Amino acid sequence: MPNIAMREALRQAMVEEMRRDPTVFLMGEEVAQYDGAYKVSQGMLEEFGPDRVVDTPIAENGFAGLGVGAAMAGMRPIIEFMTFNFSLVAFDQVINSAAKVYQMSGGQYACPIVFRGANGHAENLAAQHSTSVDSLYAHFPGLKVVSPATPYDAKGLLKSAIRDNNPVIFLESELMYGWKGEVPAEEYLIPIGKADLKRDGDDLTLISWGKPVHHCLKAAEELAKEGISAQVLDLRSLRPLDHDAIFNAVAKTHRVVVVQEGHLFAGVAAEISARIMESCFDLLDAPVVRVTNRDVPQPYATNLEKLVVIDPARVVEAAHRVMGRA
Amino acid sequence: MPDLPVPPPLPESPLPPLDKAGLLTLWEKMLLIRRVEEMAAKAYTERKILGFCHLYIGQESVAVGAAAACRPEDRWVTGYREHGQAIAKGVSPRAMMAELFGKATGTTKGLGGSMHIFDKSVHFMGGYGIVGAQCALGTGVAWSLKHLKTDAVCLCWFGDGAANQGAFFEAMCLAQLYKLPIVFVCENNFYAMGTAIDRQSALTDMSLRGLGVGMVREQFEGFDVEQVRQRMSAAIEYARAGNGPVILEVVTYRHRGHSMSDPAKYRKPGELEEKKKSDPVHLTEARLRDLGAGDAELEAIRDRVEIAAKDAYEFADASPIPDPADLYNYTYAPSGS
Repeated sequence: MPNIAMREALRQAMVEEMRRDPTVFLMGEEVAQYDGAYKVSQGMLEEFGPDRVVDTPIAENGFAGLGVGAAMAGMRPIIEFMTFNFSLVAFDQVINSAAKVYQMSGGQYACPIVFRGANGHAENLAAQHSTSVDSLYAHFPGLKVVSPATPYDAKGLLKSAIRDNNPVIFLESELMYGWKGEVPAEEYLIPIGKADLKRDGDDLTLISWGKPVHHCLKAAEELAKEGISAQVLDLRSLRPLDHDAIFNAVAKTHRVVVVQEGHLFAGVAAEISARIMESCFDLLDAPVVRVTNRDVPQPYATNLEKLVVIDPARVVEAAHRVMGRA
Repeated sequence: MPDLPVPPPLPESPLPPLDKAGLLTLWEKMLLIRRVEEMAAKAYTERKILGFCHLYIGQESVAVGAAAACRPEDRWVTGYREHGQAIAKGVSPRAMMAELFGKATGTTKGLGGSMHIFDKSVHFMGGYGIVGAQCALGTGVAWSLKHLKTDAVCLCWFGDGAANQGAFFEAMCLAQLYKLPIVFVCENNFYAMGTAIDRQSALTDMSLRGLGVGMVREQFEGFDVEQVRQRMSAAIEYARAGNGPVILEVVTYRHRGHSMSDPAKYRKPGELEEKKKSDPVHLTEARLRDLGAGDAELEAIRDRVEIAAKDAYEFADASPIPDPADLYNYTYAPSGS
C-alpha cells in the first residue's frame, strides 16, 4: 500500500472528486498559482484550470459567502481557509448562512460545501495563528465537523465531505501535512460520524481527534510499559458525534481521559464528559479527566509554547489520575 | 494624481415603454403588495404575526419594476424587508402570509418567518437577517449561474444601511474580479433603521461605492415603476451579456417605521407627508388615468386585489400550525453517497 503524506491524501481526495463531479471546485487564498500555502493543492490548477481552482483576494468573509451562495445554486465548493484562524473573519457566513439556510428555507436550499484548512497551533506562530476552532464550530446544529488524524482517514473523510449535502468543517493541521501513512490506491470512502479505535486496550480509554490522537498513541505506549492497557478512540467527527463508540468504550474500560486541542472552557471535551456523565455515570470507576491546551492565548516563545500545548507526558499524567495512581 | 478610471455608463434599456395594459399589470402588483402588507400590519396588531415584521410600503415600484425587467429564471437574493420583493417575484401571497403567521402552509413551513421568505419554484432565494451578508451569497449564486453555463442573472438586494458593511464591499470586489452576472440593487430608503442616510454615510449615493472596484454604476429615482423597469432592464441585460456586474442605487422611501415596533420619530416634521406626494402606487394610478384608464377599470383591479389580500389573510389564519414532529427534520439535508 502506498505510504503518502497527509497533504497528498487530501489532494487525492479533491482531485478524485473533481474528476467525478464537474460541479466541485476549489477556492481560496493561494490555492491555484501558488499551489496552496501548504502545497495541498499542488498541481491542481494545471489539471482543472482557473475556473475550478480559484485564487481569491484576501476576503475570507466574501469568498466564504460566495461559496455558500454557489452551493445553494447547484455547485459543490471546497473553500480553503489558509488557516482556520482566518475563518473567524468569515464566521458570520459559516454560522448564519451555511449552517442555517437549509432550515430557514424550509428544506428548499441545501448547502453542500466544505470549508477546509489548517486548524490549531503549529510552531511559534503566537496567538492569532494558533487557534483551535473545533469547539466553536461543533456548537452549531446544521454543520458537520470532521477532524482526521491520519492520511487514510483524511482522504476517505474528505471525499465523503465533498459528497455530503451539508456544510462540513474539515479540520486539518499544519504540523500534520507532512506526516505519512498508508493509503490504498483504490477508491474508498469513510462515513462521517463514525469513530475509529486506533488502539485497543482494557484499563482506560483515551478519547481524542485530530493531531492529539498521536499524543494519545504515544502515551498509550508509555502506559503499556507500566502495565496499564490504554485504548485510543479517535472520534474523527465531532458532529455528528459517535455516541455509541464513546459509550461502548466507557462500558469496556470504565475510565476515560478526553484529550482536546484548544481551550478547556466550554470545549468539546466538556461536552463529551457531560454526555458520559448523563448517559453512563454508573459505568464509571473514576471521574472523566480532560487534557487541553492551557487557558491562555498561545505565546510565541518556544518554552512557553511547550507549556501550553498538549504532549504525551500530560496525557500519561491524566491517565495516572483516572487510574488512581497520581 | 491620475484620474479615477471611470467605468462606462450603463447603456439604454432594450425594452420599449409599457402600454396601458402593461402598466395596469404592474399597478395591480404594486397594489397587491401594499394591501397584503397592510393586512400584515393589521395581523401584527392582532398578535397573529409575531417577532420582527419590516414593511415595504412606499417602495413597491422598485420590486415590481425590477420583476418586470427580469426573466423567471433570474435569481433574487435579499435582506429582511422582502415581502414586496417576494410577491413581485411570484411568491404566492397566501404562502407568504401563512409564513408570517407561523403556519405549516407558509413558504418555509413556519421555520423562517417574515425575514426568511424562500420559494425555490420562483427562484426567490431568500431574505436574510444579517445586514449585508446577502451580498456575498448573491455573488456566489451568480458564480454558479455563470459556471453552470446558464443565461440567468442574480439580482442582489440590500438597503442603504448594508452599504457600510464589509461583506458588501468584499462581494463587490469578488463579483467584479470574476465578472459575474449579478446586479447589486441598493434601495436607498433614507434610513438605516433609525439613522438617516447623511448621518450614516459621508457619501449618500451608495452606487458610487462601485467605482472603487471599477463597477458600472447608476443612481436613479425609483418612484416611477416604468423608470425602474427601464433602468433595471439595462443593468440586468448588461450583466446577462457577460459584461460583469452592475451596481444600482434606487432612491426610494419607506412610509412605515423600520419594523412594526418603530414609531419613526426620527423623521423631520412634514417629511413623510412630503414624500407621500411621490407614493409610487398613486403616481402610477395618475399615469394610468393619463393613458385613458377609467374608474371602472381601476376599481375592478382594486376589488380583485382586495379579494386576494383578504384571501391571503384568511388562508393564513385558517392554516394549521407546524407539526412538532417536524422540528428536527430540517437541520440537515439528506445525503446520499
